[in-house]
Amino acid sequence: MLTILFDGIAYGMLLFVLAVGLAVTLGLMNFVNLAHGAFAMAGGYLTAVLSNKLGVPFLASLPLAFVFVAALGAVLEPTLYRPLYRRPHLDQVLFSIGLVFIAVAGVDYAFGAQQQFVRLPAFLRGRFEIAGVGVGAYRLFIIAICGVLTLVLQAVLTRTRFGSRLRAAVDDSRVASGLGIDVNKVFLGTFAVGSGLAGLGGALGAEILGLDPTFPLKFMIYFLVVVAVGGTTTITGPLLASLLLGIADVAGKYYVPKLGAFIIYCVMIVVLMIRPQGLFARPAGR
Amino acid sequence: MGTPGERSPDASLAGFARQPRVRAWEVALWTAALAAWFLLPRQSALLNEIAILALFAVSLDLILGYGGIVSLGHAAFFGTGAYVAALFAKHLLPDPLVGLVVAIAAAALLGAITSVLVLRGTDLTRLMVTLGVALILYELANRFDNITGGADGLRGVVMGPLLGLFAFDLGGRVAYLYSLSVLLVLFFVARRIVHSPFGYGLKAIRDNARRATAIGIGQNAQLAIVYTISTAYAGAAGALLAQTTGFASLDGYDFHRSADVLLVLVIGGVGWLYGGVIGAVVFTLLRDVLSTITPQYWQGLIGLVFVVFVLVGRDRLARGFRALLPARWRGEDAA
Repeated sequence: MLTILFDGIAYGMLLFVLAVGLAVTLGLMNFVNLAHGAFAMAGGYLTAVLSNKLGVPFLASLPLAFVFVAALGAVLEPTLYRPLYRRPHLDQVLFSIGLVFIAVAGVDYAFGAQQQFVRLPAFLRGRFEIAGVGVGAYRLFIIAICGVLTLVLQAVLTRTRFGSRLRAAVDDSRVASGLGIDVNKVFLGTFAVGSGLAGLGGALGAEILGLDPTFPLKFMIYFLVVVAVGGTTTITGPLLASLLLGIADVAGKYYVPKLGAFIIYCVMIVVLMIRPQGLFARPAGR
Repeated sequence: MGTPGERSPDASLAGFARQPRVRAWEVALWTAALAAWFLLPRQSALLNEIAILALFAVSLDLILGYGGIVSLGHAAFFGTGAYVAALFAKHLLPDPLVGLVVAIAAAALLGAITSVLVLRGTDLTRLMVTLGVALILYELANRFDNITGGADGLRGVVMGPLLGLFAFDLGGRVAYLYSLSVLLVLFFVARRIVHSPFGYGLKAIRDNARRATAIGIGQNAQLAIVYTISTAYAGAAGALLAQTTGFASLDGYDFHRSADVLLVLVIGGVGWLYGGVIGAVVFTLLRDVLSTITPQYWQGLIGLVFVVFVLVGRDRLARGFRALLPARWRGEDAA
């Protein structure tokens, strides 16, 4: 029971790191980016290649995944994404689905359709007991990393100058740019960091979520659920939403494996009916 | 629904109720579709696919182009129509027309129930909800594999002859004529709908919901009705596929299907019923060509088409299509 809770928390933390970038994209630019999972996949494959083929230690490949995918995001944002901010949502949906299809086929072409495995170092492989609760070392590691990341993100968002600029831009980008905040630059930075986090999440999650070319499609709905349920105005909203989702998913798959993700989708629809702006959203400044 | 033209046959409103003439190029288009049956007998299976996809795209156009609802899960109703038609034929009655009606009714019922869900919220909420509905149905069909056949698909569906006279042949000759006739009938029903006062009310809501409400157009009722009609059409398309191939599978609910039909519609032009038809022709031919180039990776190339389409600007391309027509045939009101 507690083990399920623990696994669920680890899963939820992972989802949070994966999806937080999407929350910002949606909240800041109102851009429906269905291709967010593709960035996560890029991080996962990078780690797989680095640690399996090139012999880079797993721990060293994690920051590399972050940096590489963040750079990818920084390149794609001004070139491909920026022209579409003012377009209707239909265009954004089409565009990002297109990116997903390209990513899926491209990865399939380069690495084949089979599942990729990331070799974990020995000290992360074990399983031990704390007060009678079975705890996987790797899941503990994930919780630790994601917990630290969450605290850092929260601190950056509330304590730094960049954070207050970002919050201002999310609340009302027009007024923010009127106050001399370069919203484009703020967004570029945020997009890159968000993509980087997705890449890191993909690298961390390769072991738990499974990594194959259909990754962006399989987890698209999960990211969207996190954002839609958590709202896009805070960091705690998506965090709570991902924890809930993670625990519910793990528990659901354990107790009623036949139903699969069915419960999640039903809960999502119910939540969206009752609170279309998300469970934890505060009224936006707009 | 408080559409003015329906209740008061006022002289000044009569123009709204008048149906536009069927133009020469429309006749030419449908004649060409029929001529294809005679001229390309070997391609009947492909033509059948085009007709079904066109019907599916027209169905999406009703809610996207006229209702302004972006749906990522329209396959939900396609798949439902397919399963209902296949199951009906397998267990109850193999007659295709009765099966078609039953499948349409089932999809419309499902659409009427879920229409409540798409009335609320923003674009994002609608995206998620429509996607969620399709995923739920996918999971259900997968779960109840004793009924649906699960991942293997529902096999052993034997269709009876059409009208009790024409048996479906392997080459798809009868199938194409059947699908084309259903498409033609449903298309002109849809054409009537979008040029009725109801259709004008929808366009008003799409363009400015608040103002439409202010002049007395009941938003929720209108959208719920068009959503239900659209899902009935999607169900019909699904049923046609299941009946003409004798097979229904989880593929009917697949995300690719919802995404592809969006592209089909966008290729041909949104908010224009012929957009779905033209898009279906272009898309199917494109896919045929791409999948002969790379049988495994053509989805990626389709993705590239998506991206290019958006970056170039879909309005510009759709206008380009129309610009190909002679000026006096063009006209915004041509369906």
